[in-house]
Amino acid sequence: MDAQPQVDTTRHPDAQRSTAVGRTQRLGIPELGLRSVIYIALIAGLVATATPFVWTALASFKTNSDIFRAPVTFIPRVWTIDNYTNLVSGETVPFVRQFVNSCIVTVGQTGLAVFIACLAGFGFAKYEFVGKRILFVLTLITLMIPFEVTIVPLFNLMVEIGWLNTYQSVIVPGAINAFGVFLMRQTMLAVPDELLDAGRVDGATEFRLFWQVALPLVRGGVAVLALLSFLNAWNDYLWPLIALRSPEMFTLPIGLATLSGLYRVEWGMIMSGAVLTTLPVLIVFYLTRNYLISGLTAGALKG
Amino acid sequence: MSWQKFQRALAPYLFIAPFFMGYAVFWGYPVVNGFWTSLHSEQFDPGGRQWIGFDNYRDLVSDDRFHHALVNTTQYALGSIFVIVPTALVIALALNIAWLRFRGGFRMAFLLPNVVSAAVIAIMFVLVLDRNYGVINTYLVEPLGMEPIDWLGSPSWAMPSLILLGLWRYVGINSLYFLVGLQNIPTELYEAAALDGAGRWRMFRDITLPLLRPVMLFVVTVAIIGSYRLFAEPHILFGGTGPNDSALTVMTYLYIMAFQSVRFGYAAAIGYTLVVIIAILSILQLRVFGAFRED
Repeated sequence: MDAQPQVDTTRHPDAQRSTAVGRTQRLGIPELGLRSVIYIALIAGLVATATPFVWTALASFKTNSDIFRAPVTFIPRVWTIDNYTNLVSGETVPFVRQFVNSCIVTVGQTGLAVFIACLAGFGFAKYEFVGKRILFVLTLITLMIPFEVTIVPLFNLMVEIGWLNTYQSVIVPGAINAFGVFLMRQTMLAVPDELLDAGRVDGATEFRLFWQVALPLVRGGVAVLALLSFLNAWNDYLWPLIALRSPEMFTLPIGLATLSGLYRVEWGMIMSGAVLTTLPVLIVFYLTRNYLISGLTAGALKG
Repeated sequence: MSWQKFQRALAPYLFIAPFFMGYAVFWGYPVVNGFWTSLHSEQFDPGGRQWIGFDNYRDLVSDDRFHHALVNTTQYALGSIFVIVPTALVIALALNIAWLRFRGGFRMAFLLPNVVSAAVIAIMFVLVLDRNYGVINTYLVEPLGMEPIDWLGSPSWAMPSLILLGLWRYVGINSLYFLVGLQNIPTELYEAAALDGAGRWRMFRDITLPLLRPVMLFVVTVAIIGSYRLFAEPHILFGGTGPNDSALTVMTYLYIMAFQSVRFGYAAAIGYTLVVIIAILSILQLRVFGAFRED
């Protein structure tokens, strides 16, 4: 052993990282106890997080009388897929239509939001122009004002321009995303000016520089923004609830909320709707989890 | 000026144009128009829509139902700050421990409720919180020998139910924020403190907490703003405003005034009051965190 002072590595977690291997045998009883407590607490948290999902998923395979019968059980007494077939049959609500609506609104809003934000982000990051500062500050102020303050006038605007109960009434206002512009500006700052200048020497137009030089370089940032926009659009409740007026135009969250409000008895069916609404999100969440984490923490890191 | 120079000077304006055109129409105009609307009486009032100055705001100040909504929403905000945020910090500290296995798995699992629609979650929780057939009463409350709690039917449990839902939904994302903050703290600080013989508690108090201040500021700001915007959860969970308005929030009240009572001017005034409240709270807590910075 060398003469360096020995740091008590059990004291600080991070300091242990390098020496963790082979240390397990030498743990004292209190340390073992502490570790068990932490694992147990985290696993309890895991169970608490999972339970509502599991409960919902299992309830969607129960008959209504099974859901409301004591003693309550997790596992259906009788397994049934009637809830799903009834829901999809469209006799109660146009579920399939609402699913398609959600897809249209989500794809449209995500695509438009990402395109607009990339353009503006590139403009702000890579050019000097008169009014740049004030315009960027204006964008940031948008982040401070809650969207809710605009819903009444925005509703009136939709009525005036005849957009009420249309896809564009949800897609277009939702695509104006100041956070997206901010995020893409930060991302586009990483594009080297030399590369753009080289393109200019070759006679490329500014839009080609954006489209063929900058955009491919920031694919990761674009993916993060697309993911966040997707979640926003798919999950949104307040604005679609106001802008969409008929069941044929509802997106899934609105359709489902209406179903639960009108038919407070059909819980099996409501739960199957909840499962089908959540499934696409869970799949995307699983496939893109690392992008998602960097996207979600982007705000905190800069804050 | 050559063509290339010209298009280069013009380019930035063209790049930002789509955003600012949309911004002007779907953001700027409503923001200005909303304030204008709030200074007018309603269409159906005797005399129609007229300039009434700040009367809507004056009425709001003496509106008991608005006070009630404000108290409820503030309760939720306090719940967010003093229940959800500390829990998230504790989870982040646990997830930051070096010997912990399955860190990534835990982190993803806790994050899961955050990516699911608030509307869907509220619908799920109607069953989860059901007094007679709900999972919480059946598997948690009754085994502890307590009377089943009427989460959704009793006025005194309405806000706690919403805070519980909020805890479940937001603890993961907040612990993720804290975890990022914790991982940005240089390890050397802890090593030096350990050399000086500092214990776990002292390290937490003197290193972790002060260095976590920026993340804390962010998390608390987001929690406060989110709290005052609470809408989907109470609206669906209680199918309205709950027993005796016990789940009435500022946003639900705005929604009811605008789209059920069709009182656009009054609803717009609620919206602007909300903005002022959020602005004041944001400034206040910047002050609070700024005060910490002095020492």
